[in-house]
Amino acid sequence: MRESMSMKIAVIDYGMGNLRSVTHALEHVAPEATIQLSSDPAVIAAADKIVFPGQGAMRDCMRELLARDLRPTVLAAAASKPFLGICVGAQLLFELSEEGGNTPALGLFPGQVRRFEAERMVAADGSRLKVPHMGWNEVWQTRPHPLWEGIADGSRFYFVHSYYMDTPDAALPVGRSDYPFPFTVAVARANIFATQFHPEKSHAAGLQLLKNFVAWDGTVQPAQ
Amino acid sequence: MLAKRIIPCLDVTDGRVVKGVNFVGLRDAGDPVEIARRYDQQGADELTFLDITASSDNRDLILHIIEAVAEQVFIPLTVGGGVRKVEDVRRLLNAGADKVGINTTAVTRPEVVEEAAGYFGSQAIVVAIDAKRVSAPDAAPCWEVYTHGGRNATGLDAVAWALEMQRRGAGEILLTSMDRDGTRSGFDLALTRAVSDALTIPVIASGGVGKLQDLADGIKLGRADAVLAASIFHFGDHTVGEAKQLMRQQGIEVRL
Repeated sequence: MRESMSMKIAVIDYGMGNLRSVTHALEHVAPEATIQLSSDPAVIAAADKIVFPGQGAMRDCMRELLARDLRPTVLAAAASKPFLGICVGAQLLFELSEEGGNTPALGLFPGQVRRFEAERMVAADGSRLKVPHMGWNEVWQTRPHPLWEGIADGSRFYFVHSYYMDTPDAALPVGRSDYPFPFTVAVARANIFATQFHPEKSHAAGLQLLKNFVAWDGTVQPAQ
Repeated sequence: MLAKRIIPCLDVTDGRVVKGVNFVGLRDAGDPVEIARRYDQQGADELTFLDITASSDNRDLILHIIEAVAEQVFIPLTVGGGVRKVEDVRRLLNAGADKVGINTTAVTRPEVVEEAAGYFGSQAIVVAIDAKRVSAPDAAPCWEVYTHGGRNATGLDAVAWALEMQRRGAGEILLTSMDRDGTRSGFDLALTRAVSDALTIPVIASGGVGKLQDLADGIKLGRADAVLAASIFHFGDHTVGEAKQLMRQQGIEVRL
C-alpha cells in the first residue's frame, strides 16, 4: 500500500502522561496505518481518525489542552471523524468534573465526572473497596455498537481511575461496570466512542476494540 | 466486579532476568521479553520488572527491555529499582511502563513521590515498602521499614509510612515482607492485613509465596488487592492460570 493511501490515525498529545501504550497497541492492530502522536492542529485535522487519551488529574489535562490551544481542534475532530476517547480523554467530553474543585471540561456531552465517595465503597460482604478502582473489571454492553463487535459481553477490561462518568442522557451509555454500584464505563454518540477503561492495556478484548475502531466508519448502525 | 490481580515479578540485572526461570519450550530462559510474553499468555494481570542492576553503566538496559515488552504485551507494566528522581520516572514511562515503583527514594526524598504523582498522576506511582517485624512474638505486632534492598533500618513504622505515602500521592503500595521473602512459607498475612486495612488505595502483597494456596490466602486473609510472586511461576511449578483456577474455587473474583 502506498504511504499516501494508508489510513492516518492521530493520537492527540497534550503533554499528559505516557501515550506510548496507546500508539503501540494501535500499531499492533493496524500495521498498515500511519499512527501519529501529535499536538499539531494541522496533523490532527488531516487525520482520518482521532484517539483522545488522557492520564493524571483532570484539571491538569484541561489546562494543558487549553495551553496548547487544542480545544477547537479536539471539538472539530469530535464533530466529524471516528473519535475514540480513553480514560480522562473520555471524561473531558463531559461538562464538569468534581476533580480539582469542579473543573469545567469540553461540554460535548451532558453530565459530570464524579468521585467514588468513600462511604459508598463497601462490597456486598461488608469489605471496603479501594480507590482508585484499579484492575480488571467486567464491562457489560448495555447497547450494541460496532466497537463491541467480537467482544463477549462481560469481558474484563483494565481500569485505573478515581472518578467516573455520570450522565442524565440515557442515550449515551453503551457500557457499564459495577464497583460496587453500577456506573457508566463507555459512552457513544454518532462518530464518538469513549471508554473509562484502557483498551490499550486490556489484552485481547482491548485490542479487539481498537481493531474495531480502526475498521469503523463512524456510523452507529451495528454491523448486521 | 473487580478481579483480584496476580502479578508475576521479574528481577532483571544487566538486561537479563535472574533467579531460575524454567519454562518448558523457552528458547532463552533469561530473555525478559520472552518471559513476559509467556506470563501474558498464561493470563497474568500485570507484570512487574524489578531492576537490580548494580552498575550504573548498564542502567539504561531496562529501558530497552521495557520498550521491547511494551510493543508486544498489552497489559499494565510496572518497573521499579533505582528510581531516584522524577526524571527517572519520566524515562521509564516514556519507554512504555505504565507505573513506576519507588522504594528507597520514597524514604530519603519523599517529595519525589509527591512531585511524580503530581506530574504523572497517582495511577503511575507505586510505592514499594520493605517491612520487617520488629515486635516481640508475644507483643502486638509492628513492622519497620527498611531501605537499600533491606540493608538499612529507617525507624519508620510500616503502617504509618504506608499512610504517609498514600497521603503524598502513591496510587498503590507494593508491600514486601523481608521476613518471608525467599522463604516460600507464605505472605506475612498480619502485615498485609494491617497495611491493607489502614489504606484506601490498593495494596499488593509480596514476599514468601511457595504454593498456590499462599496467593489465595494473601487475598482472603491478608485482604490484599493483588498478589505478586516470582519463583513459584519462574520455576515452572505452577502457571498463573492454575493460580487463578484455585482462587476462583475459593470464591475469589479473578480474570480468566
